[in-house]
Amino acid sequence: MTDIPAFLKRMLSAPGLSGHEAPIRALIEETWQPLVHELNVSRMGSLHGLRCGSGPTPRPSILVAAHMDAIGLMVNGNMDGFLRVTSIGGLDPRVLPHQPVTVHGRRDLPGVLVSPPERLLPANVTEGAVPIEYLLVDTGLTPEEVRRLVRVGDLVSYAQPPFETAGDTLVGHSLDNRASVAALTVCLDELQKRPHTWDLWAVASTQEEVSLGGSTTSAFSLRPSLAVAVDVTFASSPGCPSHKTFPLGKGPTITWGPNIHPALFEAFRDLAERHEIPFNVEVTPRHSGTDAYAMQVVAEGIPCIVIGIPLRYMHTPVEMVALKDITRAGRLLAEFIAALDEKFMDTMVWKD
Amino acid sequence: MKKTNEFSLPRIGATQIKLLEKLSNACAVAGDEGEVRKIVLEQIGPHADEVKVDALGNVLAYHRGTGEKRLRVMVAAHMDEVGFMITADDGDGFYRFDVVGGVDAYKLVGKAVLIGKEHIPGVIGIKPVHLTNAEERKRPVELEALRIDIGPAAGKVKVGDRATFATRFTQLGPSLCGKALDDRLGVATLIELLKNAPPHIDLLAAFTVQEENGLRGARVASFALMPDLAFVLDATPAHDLPTWDGSENARYNSRLGMGPAIYVADTSALHDPRLVRHLMVTADTFGIPYQIRQPGGGGTDAGAIHKQRAGIPSVSISVPTRYLHSPASIARLADWQNDLALVQAALLRLTPDLLKETR
Repeated sequence: MTDIPAFLKRMLSAPGLSGHEAPIRALIEETWQPLVHELNVSRMGSLHGLRCGSGPTPRPSILVAAHMDAIGLMVNGNMDGFLRVTSIGGLDPRVLPHQPVTVHGRRDLPGVLVSPPERLLPANVTEGAVPIEYLLVDTGLTPEEVRRLVRVGDLVSYAQPPFETAGDTLVGHSLDNRASVAALTVCLDELQKRPHTWDLWAVASTQEEVSLGGSTTSAFSLRPSLAVAVDVTFASSPGCPSHKTFPLGKGPTITWGPNIHPALFEAFRDLAERHEIPFNVEVTPRHSGTDAYAMQVVAEGIPCIVIGIPLRYMHTPVEMVALKDITRAGRLLAEFIAALDEKFMDTMVWKD
Repeated sequence: MKKTNEFSLPRIGATQIKLLEKLSNACAVAGDEGEVRKIVLEQIGPHADEVKVDALGNVLAYHRGTGEKRLRVMVAAHMDEVGFMITADDGDGFYRFDVVGGVDAYKLVGKAVLIGKEHIPGVIGIKPVHLTNAEERKRPVELEALRIDIGPAAGKVKVGDRATFATRFTQLGPSLCGKALDDRLGVATLIELLKNAPPHIDLLAAFTVQEENGLRGARVASFALMPDLAFVLDATPAHDLPTWDGSENARYNSRLGMGPAIYVADTSALHDPRLVRHLMVTADTFGIPYQIRQPGGGGTDAGAIHKQRAGIPSVSISVPTRYLHSPASIARLADWQNDLALVQAALLRLTPDLLKETR
């Protein structure tokens, strides 16, 4: 059995910004190795782990994708040894001032992302909401050293170390979406002792935060019968509208909306109720903001669903998740996969 | 020890950096300086003739010199830091808080904090970017909207508990990075000075409280100590970053790597010209780099000390430090070294005649 909290904490300390997932992929590969029958890496860098089912060939397959890439920053200028940055993925610039970061230069350099004093900014810029183009990374090094060690295009990651908080919760950056990779790993663990007739493709996808490029191409290559995106969703926290958020620690969400096949939704909901796995229904009226959006329209189209893990303070260095929600999401996936039979695809119909 | 023609000046080595690390990581919000006080008392015990903790929590240490007509020289450094106090329990692990000292609300967003004597970890979050609109992201976050979140569990944190940033001290090449370098740099320097106290003066070391809450500790400490003159050791902002358009930055206040910053004037005090001169002449004599802090806003314990009793000639000297009152400040090791060397040399060169000069 994988020590999930330890694995998750290791993942939170591994770099893996969108498009540059090699370090995090290596860690997941090492952990999945004993849990799957086959591992390969896609042209776009996604990790595919295959667990073969026991049914007769050709077997249907289910793809479960959890994106492993993280949001971050990239160096786009050097001003006297202070680095200018741009964002990779969606960032609120108000989160950035005075955050610890790691500049992945010729070697990893710790530094601080700072908001310069107001007197050094344009007159129309408000302190406290300074656009990202005026923020600077200070590595504490001399301008000569910075010139030698850092180039435009180098990546910059959040450096907040993970830590445990009350109520069996964990704080760290990149819990979006390493929490879901952990849930998928819980699922793989569970399936070690559970027979399943379908093939399972466990996919740690790339570039979700930017283009959904990883899941789009993996779904095409692997051409599953069904696809599940596991991703984080908004947990209730101060200032958030209650109708768009879900309580932390009260179970994963099962998503409903145009990216979701209604029959697949019903199957997941019924299964969760049957196994008394607590969950909430999440509605996404348009884009689900997950890999499911991409996978649904791959090739001739794939029935998709999203399983959400509630997370507070998404896209900040202090994201918070409840470990219980991760294990529940993993168990829900495992129960669903174990219950898939030869006839399941016959139920994926439109009951108009 | 660096040998000079006349004197030996103490150096910052691994032991001193280790001590600064311990001091920087300790949590001591103005009014609750116990953690730093404990470290200070452990450190100075063997090096002082008398140590006292006064009614406000100041640590006052007395090192008696030898010889005739000794000057009573106060050297002050404040133990407290800016931080937070829990003001209400919103339930479910969320707490309202207020700031203690000057901390801008925008610096708190997305940060880890430590609460209370047990250092319970928590975070200050913000609504996810996905649920904001462009207009909202242009408005600075207000303190009222922020909460400390310790996770969904009740009862571990109490109203009235203090909290600090959770940043751990680290070295960045030639630089030092940590929370509360303002003024743990001064505290660490003062500990070294006490360990190397010159014999011809009475050294009155004041590790003060509540500097960030209105210079309150220094006020009573200087009354009690009755010094002839005072040196105040602090950290001063270094705004030595590039301007957004690359034009000359003429308002840097102080600059990293240029040596300790000597004060001439700030909002709190016009520093005694005799002492300012004394520091500059000392630095020139010993070849110690220094800079004049650009006159302007800001203040140090000297603001309270110089007006105490019938007046106490005072001067401040600071280690230039970037991003004061934020989760992570950055200073240069070389500036700290030169700060210690300059103050030690200035103490060694002190004579009662200095105060006979015209101001």
